[in-house]
Amino acid sequence: MRMLSDIPIAFLMIAAVTLVSAVCAMSLRNLVHCGLCLVLTFVGLAATYLHLSAEFVGFAQVLVYVGAVAILIVFTILLTRNAEVTLSPVSQSSLVGLGIAIAVCGSLVLPLVTSPSLRRLPAQSLAPDAQVQRIGEKLMAQYVIPLEALALVLTAAMIGAVVIAMRDDPERNDPSPSPQNQKDTGSVSNSPAGTALNSSSSTSSSQRP
Amino acid sequence: MDFIRYLDPTVQFMLFSAVKIVLVFAVAMTGVAYAVLVERKVSAWIQDRVGPNRAAPFFVHYLPVVGPFLTKLGIFQPMADGLKFILKEDFTPSYVRKIYFWIAPAISCVPALMTLAVIPFGSTLGNANNPMVIADLNVGILYTFGIVSLGVYGIVLAGYASNSKYPFLGGIRSSAQMISYEIAMGMSVVSVFLVVGDLNLSKVVAYQSGGIHEWLIFKQPLAFFIFLVSAFAETNRLPFDLPESETELVGGYHTEYSSMKFALFFLGEYAAMIGASAMMVTLFLGGWTPIWGGAPASSLLVGLSHIVWFLAKLGFFMVLFIWVRWMLPRFRYDQLMNLGWRRFIPLALVNIIITAGLIALTHK
Repeated sequence: MRMLSDIPIAFLMIAAVTLVSAVCAMSLRNLVHCGLCLVLTFVGLAATYLHLSAEFVGFAQVLVYVGAVAILIVFTILLTRNAEVTLSPVSQSSLVGLGIAIAVCGSLVLPLVTSPSLRRLPAQSLAPDAQVQRIGEKLMAQYVIPLEALALVLTAAMIGAVVIAMRDDPERNDPSPSPQNQKDTGSVSNSPAGTALNSSSSTSSSQRP
Repeated sequence: MDFIRYLDPTVQFMLFSAVKIVLVFAVAMTGVAYAVLVERKVSAWIQDRVGPNRAAPFFVHYLPVVGPFLTKLGIFQPMADGLKFILKEDFTPSYVRKIYFWIAPAISCVPALMTLAVIPFGSTLGNANNPMVIADLNVGILYTFGIVSLGVYGIVLAGYASNSKYPFLGGIRSSAQMISYEIAMGMSVVSVFLVVGDLNLSKVVAYQSGGIHEWLIFKQPLAFFIFLVSAFAETNRLPFDLPESETELVGGYHTEYSSMKFALFFLGEYAAMIGASAMMVTLFLGGWTPIWGGAPASSLLVGLSHIVWFLAKLGFFMVLFIWVRWMLPRFRYDQLMNLGWRRFIPLALVNIIITAGLIALTHK
């Protein structure tokens, strides 16, 4: 059993920031504050990776989660103007919540602990050797099927987003079919997933006074 | 300077790094101040005006010829501007969200400066163990993109914190715009790294060190074009300055800001321009290498000349940024999104596929 004083102080600081901000992200009432706390959690995770000298994963975390995912979340919260509404939690019972949390955590930790890859790990650290090229080779050769599966899941999610955007748009535009709105609807219905964001944001900003 | 050799390597490294950080910071800050002056002068010349030509400290009048000439060029104007920003009243409106309002200018300014850390701005100063880059990261480009993507938080937070209509619209616009063009920018760079085969920016420069015909601008012209236009969008410069567009949004995200807080946004914008220019110089224009090519310097003088080359290329892009601003009108918002999502991203993808195909064909 390691003593607390054996753990590097930098790690303790990073862990404290990450955990506190994660708890805040779940428990604060103002959605914008929650989103920004989530950003801090992502930054803390990136710092943890960097602290383990996994540079690639660390900066990929910053790029993808902090720079794209979290800003999209904040963007959506601000656009829908629900920021000031104080939401009541889904379930009033904290026992149910605790149970769900333990179940989710257990189902994530269990495969990790029982995974055969854990036994394959050598005693010393791998990290400084983890070149980008090696990561790429591993991803494209050994782990190509999980990679493809992930790509499939993401594509499905994207198609889902497009479908939701398509179903929503005619209803919104029907009462007052101005040329501008019709043009926007057209661009949604026959464009790749990315444009869903594009025209939904452009319509909403043009509809604002 | 002999005592440096007797220090142990860690102390040496820390000492050199500290000196480099201070120097890069000082040059960047001076660069920002004088980029503002160049902006004002260039805009004046384009619009057939004179531009700043009065500000001068009292003693300059006693210098013959040189003094009036420098005053006419407006050399002393940035100092007057800086002083003005510091002395102005720092007004915080009563309805803002205080914490975010205070933190937003800092967030918009810091990432722009942090990107400069991985840019190789010179080869060496004679000592091969001391390259002219603050942090020679193996994933340099990933670092830059990660840090640049943080800059958008400053603008979004400023919009949210100001708690009034125009800043809010500016913040929303900028978040959508910057996310969109980040994707195009990132994808355009992928093909560059397919060619080079490394994410380290020093290696990218080394790849191009053979002379002007080795520069990636000629090997990847499409990638360069997409990167250049995306850089304009990422730095919120005209023709993509919709987050602040004065005519519709008064001033966009910085409407409610005054004094030094506004100056930080200002500084952040110009620092972001310097960062983007430095990236383009490094990725496409051969970094610090002269047009006839060159190996890392073996003497102090050659090393300094390499830094001058880098700064000259940087200056070229800065003038380009400024020139374009006064030449092109602002895009409409849907045009902006159309260009990003439906022109640049598919183009960048096609470019990646073609580049990868060519490499696969010629590699064996």
